[in-house]
Amino acid sequence: MDAIKNLSRRGMLRGGVASGFVLGFHVAGYNPIFSAAAAGRDAILAPNVYVAVNLSGRISITIHRSEMGTGIKTSLAQALADELDAQWSDIEIIQAQGDEKYGDQNTDGSRSVTQFLLPLRRAGAAARQMLVAAAAQRWKVLPAKCRTQAGVVIGPQAPQRLRYGELVEAAMRLPVPAPESLILKPSKDWRYIGKPLPVVDLDDIVHGKAVYGIDFTLPGMKYASIERPPVYGATLKSYDAKAALATPGVERVVEIPVASLPAGFRPLGGVAVIASNTWAAEQGRQQLEMEWDEGPNGSFDTDAYYKELVATAGKPGRVMRHNGDVDAALAGAAKRISADYFVPHLAHAMMEPEAAVAQVTNGACEVWTATQNPQQARKTVAEALGVDPANVTINVTLLGGGFGRKSKPDYVGEAAVLANMIGAPVKVTWTREDDIKHDYFHAACANHLEAGLDSDGKTVAWLHRSVFPSIATTFKPDVTYGAQGEMDQGVVDLPYDIANVRCENGPAKAHIRIGWYRSVYNIPHGFAVGSFVDELAAAAGKDPVAHILELLGEPRKVDLRAMGVNYGNYGASLDDYPIDTARHRAVVELAAERAGWGSKLPPRSGFGIAVHRSFLTYVAVVARVAVDVRGNASVQRIDMAVDCGQVLNPDRVTAQFEGAAVMGLGNTMFSSLTFKNGQAQQTNFGDYLVARMDSTPETRVHIVPSDAPPGGVGEPGVPPVSAAICNAIYAATGRRIRTLPVDPQELAVM
Amino acid sequence: MLDLRVNDAAHQVDAPPEMPLVWVLRDLIGLRGTKFGCGIGACGACIVHLDGQAVRACITTAAEAHGKAITTIEGLAGAHGDHSLQRAWKQVNAPQCGYCQPGQLMQAAALLAQTPKPTDEQITSAMAGNICRCGAYQRIKAAIKIAAGEAE
Repeated sequence: MDAIKNLSRRGMLRGGVASGFVLGFHVAGYNPIFSAAAAGRDAILAPNVYVAVNLSGRISITIHRSEMGTGIKTSLAQALADELDAQWSDIEIIQAQGDEKYGDQNTDGSRSVTQFLLPLRRAGAAARQMLVAAAAQRWKVLPAKCRTQAGVVIGPQAPQRLRYGELVEAAMRLPVPAPESLILKPSKDWRYIGKPLPVVDLDDIVHGKAVYGIDFTLPGMKYASIERPPVYGATLKSYDAKAALATPGVERVVEIPVASLPAGFRPLGGVAVIASNTWAAEQGRQQLEMEWDEGPNGSFDTDAYYKELVATAGKPGRVMRHNGDVDAALAGAAKRISADYFVPHLAHAMMEPEAAVAQVTNGACEVWTATQNPQQARKTVAEALGVDPANVTINVTLLGGGFGRKSKPDYVGEAAVLANMIGAPVKVTWTREDDIKHDYFHAACANHLEAGLDSDGKTVAWLHRSVFPSIATTFKPDVTYGAQGEMDQGVVDLPYDIANVRCENGPAKAHIRIGWYRSVYNIPHGFAVGSFVDELAAAAGKDPVAHILELLGEPRKVDLRAMGVNYGNYGASLDDYPIDTARHRAVVELAAERAGWGSKLPPRSGFGIAVHRSFLTYVAVVARVAVDVRGNASVQRIDMAVDCGQVLNPDRVTAQFEGAAVMGLGNTMFSSLTFKNGQAQQTNFGDYLVARMDSTPETRVHIVPSDAPPGGVGEPGVPPVSAAICNAIYAATGRRIRTLPVDPQELAVM
Repeated sequence: MLDLRVNDAAHQVDAPPEMPLVWVLRDLIGLRGTKFGCGIGACGACIVHLDGQAVRACITTAAEAHGKAITTIEGLAGAHGDHSLQRAWKQVNAPQCGYCQPGQLMQAAALLAQTPKPTDEQITSAMAGNICRCGAYQRIKAAIKIAAGEAE
């Protein structure tokens, strides 16, 4: 990896700065937070955009990924601090603004550690090597004769000890080490990497002091509530604001132009009520009289739409992977089975609704918001205001959950537009109804599967057809088919050793904004594939665990490229991150063993298993479920075996999988969105149901020790959960759940 | 003007009597530890105590809070340091994003005040009105049990 390059020359040429060593990641640019050094106020050692050491030895680590509950802010700092050999208590973590100089900041796709573990280790190592070199110069010894320990450089002869702060002035005059000269610690010397450090915001969180986007305020700030188009693509015919303006606390009512379709990241538009507090704005908004032209999506009805998706999945589609001759193998099979699976539209419904504060001064806009993607927020604001992105500053607060929703900065654009219109700082706060009605919805998805078994019960043919509205529909007109990357999520990456495989994708239109939601298309695909594999086990009369291991076959790397599949592998190289069925096998065996697979259970109780690789991580889930006579299924325990490669913070990794079990359970048992006349029929937690403590089982996460490069952690726990639960329901009741969420009526016996 | 007593401090606020307490606290008084989550009393993010009873501040009006002792997350720690629940929360690293945690803590504190040794079922039943989309329920439950044990 040669991601780190010395930008000092460019920095000096551009800014005339004297500090002289700016080490940038991926892209050019001088970090303004280090310009203090140039101004000669506080000397700091700042060899790159991620770390600065000042004269007193205080260390600032700038974390450019957003903290939405994964612990990434702490975890990435652990990596840098370890290579810097810093004392943890000397560290202050700064949340980066949105700026390309940090590299990719879009905190989604479970990529933060995969992409940035090594660069941040190297960023810390660069600073450490400069401090060591400075000490070595002072002592007139070779740097190799010096070592570091918790913020101190120690020389070869006692009492040669210098604290980092004492070395800053000398170190900042030294050249930044060339990337190839950086020496990283061997794993045996790690102090923070691989350790379960608590997150740095923990104390603030339990005292109510943590600041989320919805909490930020500015002097003189106004509060806005926006009535948006009731249907995606509706246009505003007229509105009457008299009653709204007469509401106490309401100051102004302004119109935001409605976005044309597809809306992308742009604000949806509508009419905004500006008031002296949030509640007054919402009260005034209820008094607005609006007339809309509902546009092309006004008749969108999921009763018909969901049937259409299922019907399309019954017809041949675009072939995305083909091995052997599926039709011939199916025709010649001793036994044929087929099944259709369906997952409805879902909403993110993170606990902190969309909120942003913006202020526009002399054509420059500054924003404070909870965003997963501050660089996109910057672009969206710049486009909305018609200004250069250089005039837009995005400050990132903590995020009260994200799950993909907060990668889309439409709400940030709203705040900027309003601040610009009214000439005062504005906070836009969405209601829960706004959040659910105007989500970038998780795509509904129909899956049709067929398989053929030979006379020994071995699967010889596999046909999988998936139909869903693509996320690309939100950004481009006339999109009808799914993207390769969407079919990569649990369809074409089928790891099983089956001679004849065909994967197809059928067309589907979108009538709402479609977006990515934690683990994305892996949700329906993991459910369909994980369930169908269990149906094959039943058809062959085999134990589900033994059957999965048999289907996985001999440990091998699945070479999709050799099969002609243009597989994206979550943006990672297949050399570093192959599809390795040995790792599938290991998590299956571990989950089964830890769950007590095969032990005797009471009547109407059962075990179910599913395994899924996504975001470069392998997860097997065993669920134990009991179903009462009225059909109420309760998940009693979940065991998750996880191979995510190298682990940066094991406690936060465990927490992510515990949480994924809960979110997966909610997707399976409760959550569902339907639409009528283009509008979501569920709008708040009274009807959009999610998992609560009373439905949450004991969850045990078993992490496979590994030296493999790190895979994703935030998302890959979700996909196998639904199939594991539904397979357990089958074991308990003999009934197959093929449509989510689980309908107790299908399981009742009285 | 309405007189409110929040965390033992007196506040005079210019709020209409029907204004929900969550917005009085957040926008008028500036105590933003109490979170907005749903506005219909369905998620528990805004739970505060009125005279020691857990209430949902999004469906409790300013008038209803008048004359009562209001305690928010900012006032949960007492003069002698953190509440046992706050210590337990940190011990098990309960939060993920942390947004729902003030409401979870306030609900749990009301539970322990009334039922110092809750059973698993009592914990689950008392906490089922609090949503955590990150799914930290298992650790929240463990923390409540630790805090209950500490009270012995």
